[in-house]
Amino acid sequence: MNETNGSIIELRNVTKTFSDGFTAVKGLDLAIKKGEFVTFLGPSGCGKTTTLRMIAGFDLPTEGEILLNGKDISHLPPNMRPVNTVFQRYALFPHMNVYENIAFGLKQKKLPKNAIDKKVENVLDLVDLEGFEKRRISTLSGGQQQRIAIARALVNEPQILLLDEPLGALDLKMRKEMQLELKEMHRQLGITFIYVTHDQEEALTMSDKIVVMNEGRILQIGAPEDIYNEPASAFVADFIGESNIFNGIMTGKLKARFCGGDFECVDDYAVGTHITAILRPEDVILTPPGEGIISGTVSSVIFKGIHYEIVVESGRNEMVIQSTKNAVVGEKVGMTIDPDNIHIIVAEDHTNRFSAGLDKNFNLEFNDHTIDADPAMVLKGWSRSADGALLNPRGDEIDPEKIRITVAIEPEDIKMSDEAGSGLVDGYISDLIYKGDHYSYVIRTELGHDFIVDDEYLWNMDDAVSLIMPVEKMRFTVGKH
Amino acid sequence: MKFSRKALGIPYYIFLLVFVAAPLAVIIVYAFTNGQGHFTAVNFIGFFTDPNTLGTLCYSLAIAIVTTVVCLLIAYPTAYILANSNIKAKAVILMIIIMPMWINFSLRVTALKEVLSVLEGNLAFYPFFNTVLGMTYDFLPFMILPIYNTLSKLDGSLLEAAADLGAGKASSFIKITLPLSLPGIVSGVTMVFLPSMTNYVILDMLYNSTYIMGSLIGSYFSANNWHAGSMIALILLLIIGLFSLFTGSLTDDAAESKGGALL
Repeated sequence: MNETNGSIIELRNVTKTFSDGFTAVKGLDLAIKKGEFVTFLGPSGCGKTTTLRMIAGFDLPTEGEILLNGKDISHLPPNMRPVNTVFQRYALFPHMNVYENIAFGLKQKKLPKNAIDKKVENVLDLVDLEGFEKRRISTLSGGQQQRIAIARALVNEPQILLLDEPLGALDLKMRKEMQLELKEMHRQLGITFIYVTHDQEEALTMSDKIVVMNEGRILQIGAPEDIYNEPASAFVADFIGESNIFNGIMTGKLKARFCGGDFECVDDYAVGTHITAILRPEDVILTPPGEGIISGTVSSVIFKGIHYEIVVESGRNEMVIQSTKNAVVGEKVGMTIDPDNIHIIVAEDHTNRFSAGLDKNFNLEFNDHTIDADPAMVLKGWSRSADGALLNPRGDEIDPEKIRITVAIEPEDIKMSDEAGSGLVDGYISDLIYKGDHYSYVIRTELGHDFIVDDEYLWNMDDAVSLIMPVEKMRFTVGKH
Repeated sequence: MKFSRKALGIPYYIFLLVFVAAPLAVIIVYAFTNGQGHFTAVNFIGFFTDPNTLGTLCYSLAIAIVTTVVCLLIAYPTAYILANSNIKAKAVILMIIIMPMWINFSLRVTALKEVLSVLEGNLAFYPFFNTVLGMTYDFLPFMILPIYNTLSKLDGSLLEAAADLGAGKASSFIKITLPLSLPGIVSGVTMVFLPSMTNYVILDMLYNSTYIMGSLIGSYFSANNWHAGSMIALILLLIIGLFSLFTGSLTDDAAESKGGALL
């Protein structure tokens, strides 16, 4: 039997590939406990809405299973599932009044009229719209429509309430109000809420648990404080709140070097480990010049209401600081940070690897380009027989066209060009993160896989680029044949 | 001289005066006068006492109602399939519907006449059937297109919401799709019902001995009885006006489902 472990809903290895070949969700594993307020957070196109739609039943997973109370519901139609959805644009029925909209689900269940009336009255009370039964949908404001949409879902007493960016169409003030009200409804009703948003502040305010997603995968699951203070990757840190992100190295026990300074820290990694250091702007403390761990020159100051946002240039690095004290552009300052506030993670392996083939003349080929590499470098220890056949180190004859060579190259060794076709492969910039003294770019290539490129200059999202890879920086490994 | 925006409306007012108001006035005057130019209610009374006229009115209504119902029954499923099919199939189906409209109307009816003569032998055997068939053939696109228009604009998330709230496919069709496509239906019904009352050219071309309202007016006019003919035209106008008022009130109810349905 299926073990539920107290989870109301469980996703096991769920994958969704659409008919056009786009894979929106890749092998998702997730368990949600009864009564939790869980938020799927991520940039648009990260798969969060598709995941929600699979729980609702509007989209069916192409792989994996969805368990509700331990029972597989992956292929159940939406009307057979005990979950209800609040849609992004409300999806209220325009030809029905408020009462008819809210009663729709109850009428489907064939409840007696007086029971329906009572429930509609109660739920209107819950969303603070008493007496609105006879109003037409078109006479309601955006905020009121939102409340009716929530009431229409809640009145069915679903086991799980799904909310697909429900506050996206409201103005800021109304949004803040509804956030608190939704949180309060969740507390009162004890129903499991699954909420989808791309607004990190909304996620931090409302959730018991945040699921950070990108490119159809889960990057991190945790309580809002954990996600904010202990992001699992540079992407999460960059997406949740503002961050200073630096590449660095461990130089001793609880000592790390980054941004041109030696910092004490509380994360223990082996000496020599390549690390990524994440510093929140509000945690960096300005000191008189010479007194901090690192020093620099103020390059810009912006007043943001409750604080100043100060940018300090320190050598080749840039640090963003939020401080209640003002600073003057051009001023020399020192900077220090409490070891507790430095979050260090092991640097992700960003080496780019791709597979290339050999042609009859042992030239390395990739993406219809010939890589001008010395065959002796590519095939170390291999030799050629008297009649020109290729022999592997054990002396077996191998057909060169059946060999795959794995080529590895570091992100800093790839150069970007805006001239199409000038490099080995073309693509566009699909993501970028600023890392103190350089930008780290993700290039989605025409072949469908991603390259990571470090460059000190700023390129724009979606810029078309060609990747130039110097052959002397490549490392080769002979693959299986 | 100052050029006012109102001046831009002048050609329209002239058009209205010459082609709508003036003919209408002429019809009203003729309907209530006799050959000597004196006021009379004879034509009005005559309309409601002449069994021939009343019979033709009923026959016309029967033709129009049956044609409209048949068109609706064929058009709704067609429009539904069209709205829910992929782009490639959509282009082909739309082409099949619209292509006959490229061919001249009389040519189409003549072709139909020839086919029917072969099948039926003598066209006079089935006048009612032939008339309904001819009109359906001619007016069907005017029913399909407005319905297709409203169905294709239907917000898919409403159907998802209905399913989410427990409605099965049939239930969400009856409660969501059908009421929201009502403006398209009303618009289609108007565009088919009104011409089927009066378009006697189809009857004539199908060698039909029966009369509808249009043919009746035509026959009075060709017999130089302008007064009785005008009265029939006037009463027909009133019937059509009442019908439009009725369908208009239906569309107002469903007006919130965004967008007029007329092409």
